[in-house]
Amino acid sequence: MRSKTFRETYREDMKVFQTFWVKCWLLLFIIALLTLPFWADPYIVYMTNICGIAIIAALGLNILTGLTGQISLGHSAFVALGAYTSAIMAGRLDLPFWLTIPAGGLVAALFGIGLGFPCLRLKGLYLAMATMSFGVVVEYAITHWESLTMGVRGISVPAPVFLGFTLSDPSQLFFLIIVIVGLHISAAKNLARTRVGRAFVAIRDRDVAAEVIGVNLTKYKVMAFAISSFYGGVAGALYAYSTSYLHPENFTLLLSIEYIAMIIVGGLGSILGSVLGAVFLTAMPDLIKGLFEFLGRQIPYFQARYDEEWNIAAFGLLIMLFLIFEPAGLNGIWTRIKTSFKNWPFTY
Amino acid sequence: MSEDLLYLTQLIVSGLAVGSLYALAALGFVLIYKATDIMNFAHGEAMMIGGFICYTLIGLGVPFGWAVIIAAALTMGLGVMTERLVLRPMLGEPQFAVVMVTIGLSIFLRSISGIVFGHDNKIFPSPFAQATITYEGLVLSYTHLWAMLVSAFMMILFFLFFKYSRSGLAMRGVANDQDTSMLMGISVKKIFALSWGLSFAIAAVAGIFLANVMVLNIGLSLVALKAFPAVVLGGLESVPGAIIGGLVIGVLETLVGGYLDQTLPGAKDLTAFVVLFLVLMIRPYGLFGKKEIERV
Repeated sequence: MRSKTFRETYREDMKVFQTFWVKCWLLLFIIALLTLPFWADPYIVYMTNICGIAIIAALGLNILTGLTGQISLGHSAFVALGAYTSAIMAGRLDLPFWLTIPAGGLVAALFGIGLGFPCLRLKGLYLAMATMSFGVVVEYAITHWESLTMGVRGISVPAPVFLGFTLSDPSQLFFLIIVIVGLHISAAKNLARTRVGRAFVAIRDRDVAAEVIGVNLTKYKVMAFAISSFYGGVAGALYAYSTSYLHPENFTLLLSIEYIAMIIVGGLGSILGSVLGAVFLTAMPDLIKGLFEFLGRQIPYFQARYDEEWNIAAFGLLIMLFLIFEPAGLNGIWTRIKTSFKNWPFTY
Repeated sequence: MSEDLLYLTQLIVSGLAVGSLYALAALGFVLIYKATDIMNFAHGEAMMIGGFICYTLIGLGVPFGWAVIIAAALTMGLGVMTERLVLRPMLGEPQFAVVMVTIGLSIFLRSISGIVFGHDNKIFPSPFAQATITYEGLVLSYTHLWAMLVSAFMMILFFLFFKYSRSGLAMRGVANDQDTSMLMGISVKKIFALSWGLSFAIAAVAGIFLANVMVLNIGLSLVALKAFPAVVLGGLESVPGAIIGGLVIGVLETLVGGYLDQTLPGAKDLTAFVVLFLVLMIRPYGLFGKKEIERV
């Protein structure tokens, strides 16, 4: 019986699928996921879409914050830029979704590069504040530039059309979103094991040391900003299509903090972590609602006590608890469970 | 005075009044940052909670002066508790994690206050005369005047505290070098708790007067985000810098509101952040801050 995976070469260590069984389980999972619209409740399908969008945005933030170590409190700005770009392109110019979604990502990436250059000199707290003010400025712009974004009246987005077939239902959009999420996950996974990914990690661990061993800080920091904002932009574009209505209030500082909560709860710098965190935090409002309904049936005091604020409080509480007790996040918990099963009955 | 000049002076005077409150908020930030090297993103929530507690106490019939003191004391307790429960376990963690913890704390406190105190706007029962002081055509309300006076008083109080009291000296020592002050017999833990408590107490006073000048609701904590630009402008370690920064932000904001509001509605609320961004671009360590030298 094999009790441990020993890796003898670097190449083996870098493999995406470490064992044969990982591939099998993944295949099963993908099959179950792809058939989801045929057997699951429409609400579940809709929530899966929202999860997928959150996964892309969280991956983007995790590349910037988790891998490269640059705190960003302005991720919602990139999501907003992507969302509004695709909404305006689709609504005003009648462009198809396969143009507007990449365009949303590219516009966000351009702004990301624009923000990345001036932020090169900033670190830690100062970077957090600079990105936060960028987020506030973008939020102001989309609220007040009414001729372009319709301001507080909100902008509606037409449903995407694929080969003459309108994807208006969540279960139809589902396949589009799943494909894009899959592409982004595999891109991020592969990015992390290339020279670029290693350069990012080197910058996170010690930027001066990274520079000394030949990592071009300017190039890689700006690249991290660009990639991260591209992900944010694509997530925004998909969000625009899936809600079909955009309002500036959806893109406040709170959204940025939500993404931060996702990557902290999931696990900083881990791809699986971003996925787990995004899914967990997207599902959480429903869990809390369910909890309140359950408590309401047991104890009369809790009846109709549910308040949206509880979700936000839970986000804050989870950020604190995970940082204090489990800095590696859900990914860390998962790894620990996996290794303890693998090594059973030995502790290591 | 000519009409235009009068308008300008009027804006500057009101700006100074609001700015003195930003300065007071910024003072609380600097206090924590100096002693513990933590940037407290939950400072705005401390201000808001202070305001809400004071409002509740006044509703219960407590006279204003006592309400302010009790609110400050209760918020101070919250600060000490926060330090003990949330920040102490994070000792020695990377700065990134500590920043994130305070962000988590901030949204946690904000939403809990939303649940406890409600979301509606509350009109603060102003204890000050509604009349205004007029001098050579300049108008200043009593609320603004009191805000300025209280800020100035608090600042002088803290200046004296740092300069002459034993705890103040210990705090400065810890800010300067934790290890050495530990060797000198200063309890660093106590000093950390004291810094958080005092910072929260100042925040509560600033919050109460801000609620008087503006309106009391959950959004007050976001107003406090404007103290960030103030501290960055002044440099994170510098107390006089924070005060100057706060005044500058207050005046600039009122000027932008007075002159640009017609062309760019709402630009007033943006000023602080634009200033913050520009300052960071030109001097990444603030106007009065010191550049960190890094060793690998």
